[in-house]
Amino acid sequence: MKFSEQWLREWVNPAISSDELVAQITLAGLEVDDIEAAAGEFSGVIVGEIVSAEQHPDADKLRVCQVSDGTTETQVVCGAPNARVGIKVAFATVGAVLPGNFKIKKAKLRQQESFGMLCSGDELEISEENDGIMELAVDAPVGTDIRDYLNLNDQIIDVDLTPNRGDCLSIAGLAREVGVLNSVDVQGPELKELAPQIEDIFPVKISAPEHCPRFLGRVLNNINVNASSPLWLQEKLRRCGVRSIDPVVDVTNYILLEMGQPMHAYDLNKLNGSIIVRMASQGENLTLLDGQKVELDQETLVIADNEGVLGLAGIMGGADTGVGSGTTNVFLESAFFNPISIAGKARNYGLHTDASHRFERGVDYDLQRQAMDRATLLLQSIVGGEAGPIVEQVSADHLPTESQVSLRKARLEALLAYKIDDAQILDILTRLGLTLVASDEASWTFSAPSWRFDMAIEADLIEEVARVYGYNNLPSTNPVASMEIPASAEVQRPLSILRRHMVSRGYQEAITYSMIEPGLLAKFDDKNQPVELVNPISADMAVMRTTLWPGLVKALQHNQNRQQSRIRLFETGQRFIPSEQGLQQQDVFAGLIYGSRNPESWHGKAENVDYFDIKGDLETLLAIGGQDFSFAAVEHLALHPGQSANIKLDGAVVGYVGAMHPGLVKDIGLQGPVFMFEVNLAAISLGVLPAYQTLSKFPEMRRDLAIALDQKISVAQVTSEIESSAGKWLNAVRLFDVYQGQGIENGQKSLALGLTWQHPERTLTDDEVNQWVEQVVTHLAENAGASLRG
Amino acid sequence: MQHLKQLVTEGLDAVAQAADESALDQVRVQYLGKKGELTAQLKSLGKLSAEERPAAGAKINEAKQQVQDAINIKRTMMAANALSKQLASESIDVTLPGRGQATGGLHPVTMTMERIQNFFAQIGFSVAQGPEIEDDYHNFEALNIPAHHPARAMHDTFYFGDGTLLRTHTSGVQVRTMEKQQPPIRIICPGRVYRCDSDQTHSPMFHQIEGLLVDDNISFADLKGILHNFLNVFFERDLQVRFRPSYFPFTEPSIEVDIGYQGEDGEQKWLEVLGCGMVHPKVFEHSGIDPEAYTGFAFGMGVERLAMLRYGVKDLRMFFENDLRFLAQFS
Repeated sequence: MKFSEQWLREWVNPAISSDELVAQITLAGLEVDDIEAAAGEFSGVIVGEIVSAEQHPDADKLRVCQVSDGTTETQVVCGAPNARVGIKVAFATVGAVLPGNFKIKKAKLRQQESFGMLCSGDELEISEENDGIMELAVDAPVGTDIRDYLNLNDQIIDVDLTPNRGDCLSIAGLAREVGVLNSVDVQGPELKELAPQIEDIFPVKISAPEHCPRFLGRVLNNINVNASSPLWLQEKLRRCGVRSIDPVVDVTNYILLEMGQPMHAYDLNKLNGSIIVRMASQGENLTLLDGQKVELDQETLVIADNEGVLGLAGIMGGADTGVGSGTTNVFLESAFFNPISIAGKARNYGLHTDASHRFERGVDYDLQRQAMDRATLLLQSIVGGEAGPIVEQVSADHLPTESQVSLRKARLEALLAYKIDDAQILDILTRLGLTLVASDEASWTFSAPSWRFDMAIEADLIEEVARVYGYNNLPSTNPVASMEIPASAEVQRPLSILRRHMVSRGYQEAITYSMIEPGLLAKFDDKNQPVELVNPISADMAVMRTTLWPGLVKALQHNQNRQQSRIRLFETGQRFIPSEQGLQQQDVFAGLIYGSRNPESWHGKAENVDYFDIKGDLETLLAIGGQDFSFAAVEHLALHPGQSANIKLDGAVVGYVGAMHPGLVKDIGLQGPVFMFEVNLAAISLGVLPAYQTLSKFPEMRRDLAIALDQKISVAQVTSEIESSAGKWLNAVRLFDVYQGQGIENGQKSLALGLTWQHPERTLTDDEVNQWVEQVVTHLAENAGASLRG
Repeated sequence: MQHLKQLVTEGLDAVAQAADESALDQVRVQYLGKKGELTAQLKSLGKLSAEERPAAGAKINEAKQQVQDAINIKRTMMAANALSKQLASESIDVTLPGRGQATGGLHPVTMTMERIQNFFAQIGFSVAQGPEIEDDYHNFEALNIPAHHPARAMHDTFYFGDGTLLRTHTSGVQVRTMEKQQPPIRIICPGRVYRCDSDQTHSPMFHQIEGLLVDDNISFADLKGILHNFLNVFFERDLQVRFRPSYFPFTEPSIEVDIGYQGEDGEQKWLEVLGCGMVHPKVFEHSGIDPEAYTGFAFGMGVERLAMLRYGVKDLRMFFENDLRFLAQFS
């Protein structure tokens, strides 16, 4: 909320500077966002009166004016269309300095001398009006410095109020707060009651009292809507960020700003029968004051008459019954709507108004009559007219109840770890408007004021005391806790270790968005239907990722587009897989490589990465946990059909590794080849607890085998066939060559394998080992079609 | 005996002349070998009397030793020369880069997050994690933010239309922890959070670390102490810190913490770095903890914001572009 410092100081004027005031309210929780001067920096501008205005002999659009400063008359040439005899104007005399350090000098305009300038609001940075010169009030004292006359040595303070402090959305509320902080009294304008001048009333019915417990209406007849709001009123509105419209709207806005009570004025002649506060019927239509047409739902509280809906209660009035230039009789509304009934409603219609902002947060439920009287009197002073009696409909059962809250002295002291004097506590709370209703040695009980909707429990009072006392004046300590070593599973490998492992293998960690473009995601995963956001921020972030690959690929592309020739990225994070058991939010670890195997270097030839580079990196990552993973060729939408594998642990697929499908590489517009993996974090972060096994003292026996077999048979299968046929004491199978080409039949490959055996308790004999080798060879021949090479 | 002296002179000459290892060995054979010239002198001892023999023998042995010493010295010299020649030939440019992978690096957000986690781990906080797609109850209701509460407008929330949403903070993890565990509770909740907002200072996804400490005598003073301590440690400076009243539905009193710095014009300025407060009694009640028996505090901070301040990054969006030139600056 923007407010004028001077207006505030009319209510409460502590002996502190503007800067101190700003710091003080900020540290009380009313955070000041911005401070700006009420007008630009200028000097030498006075109130002048145009005493004559003649057409310029040589220019159609210029007038030669004589401007009086009360003692002398000065000639000024002016181009404003509204420059005319009799008006009071802002007169920049020769020697004046206008905003932007613009100095006013004697000048000649088309042969006519001009001694000064008549200013628009825009030129003085008072308003944005630039279609003519400022017209001051008829009673403006000629010769007075404009800064003094308009009280321009003022600041506009913009305070960002938290949702709990609806009570501060007015000058009255801010003044109350400043009064508390400085322990000074607050004095607003005197509130007078207005005796009815005529009998006219317009009936009011409330059919939804739970939403509108109080509604006051009053008729004001025979007004002059064409009168204009006095300058002081326009200025106060302007400095609070509200534009002057007409006296009726201005006065309702003024009351909203001064007292915090949103009001509304209807053109009485356009109302039919009676006012009815009710819920809208589904599908009812309304054209709002701002011209917007809305279709209402039955959850919306409206103000209606016998014919139809007039406005959205507590949010915005309708266009049809608003006050306009032809209005002579008005009906004023001053109501209390339940915060819960208004909350969220404006947003549902894409609206946010000064009224809804206040009603959502809570308007003082005892304020309506005072506001009505003050508004009527103010309005009458501008537009005249005769006021009828106030019609009030109230449902006491539905008004908020005055809450009674207890504060235990011991609790306050324990929570703040500090004792504040009782007298000071009482001063703080009573200045805030609380009433002490009971007290004993250990506690007080207060009733909360009608303007505070955030005082229901003890913690609310503790906060108020701490806040006004000052958070920075309260002590600071280190918490003390019992020292207990928390449980810690040794087999659990921390993510930080896995990450650092990839870093040491040359990978750079990336963080990509969890939301992704559905079209791109579908190129990587056609099995899972991703969950969709109802309100995505953009089309390329519309669904939740089911794999980290597309995000990493986008990061790859970003870097390829920046001439990076060697890219190694990894990411850890959640993917979101819908399933019959509900949405699975799985942590995964994914990586991707592209470009040369090693950084460009002076040694060796530059070679590009291949499948076995990423597999090697992945194997070392899997080795951190040390569980028994296996790989098997598999087809995957995003992967090269001949260079892709799934990763299995205990029979379950926990990930994939492979070359990105060349078609996909081309489709996305990448440079390839690209290799990538993704594996469940749970599978790789659970390790194995080491269990010692006795070392054999006896020698290891080794036999090397070279076999030829169909190239489609995987090494994994060959190894497993060997393990099942090589006897109990087989130690290891090591593959040390794979060969295809000359000497090997087409479609075949040759494998060279080193087999070792070792017995824990004795030396193995050649005969034993030779027998196992024979078993292996026979078994491989039978089960894998392998033949021993000469 | 004149002959012996001459032999030694000749022998020493020959040693000096020997150009290489094999020449030197020939000299050794020629003078000291079984059939060597000096060795042969020993045979002449037989012609001498028994009285003369020991003295003459000693002289011959001395002569042999003289030549042998010369050979040894020469051999050592030759070996040393050969080694230094070899070393000279093996000399390389040791400033050439080593072979193998260049190391990568952690993302600055991870670095910052791990650093903060470690600080709190040292004083007994453990890490708690939770779902990113959260239900309305744990993200809002349990945190004292009922439907239509104006505070919901402060959280521009992504919805899925089935009552779930992308968590707007990691506070849901605190609730889930309190539902399962009675105090003392000391947890830190790091993770991704989401708000429907995007510009230079807002990202639709960012990271938060929240902390929660609940025990039987936790005060507002403890909250102030721990956070001031944390900020000093994080920025490795003795910071000016101020605690400013604010409003979060799940804490009361609620605080925003600002750190002080000198502006360019020399003026004292303040920068908001985190939010915190004493846990609201209603949040305790929702989670099954007795607010009369326990008190506690919670705090939350934006990781990117802290990383930006720490490393001088100006644009939040840089964190999610994953430009290697940016990322490499943090490795």
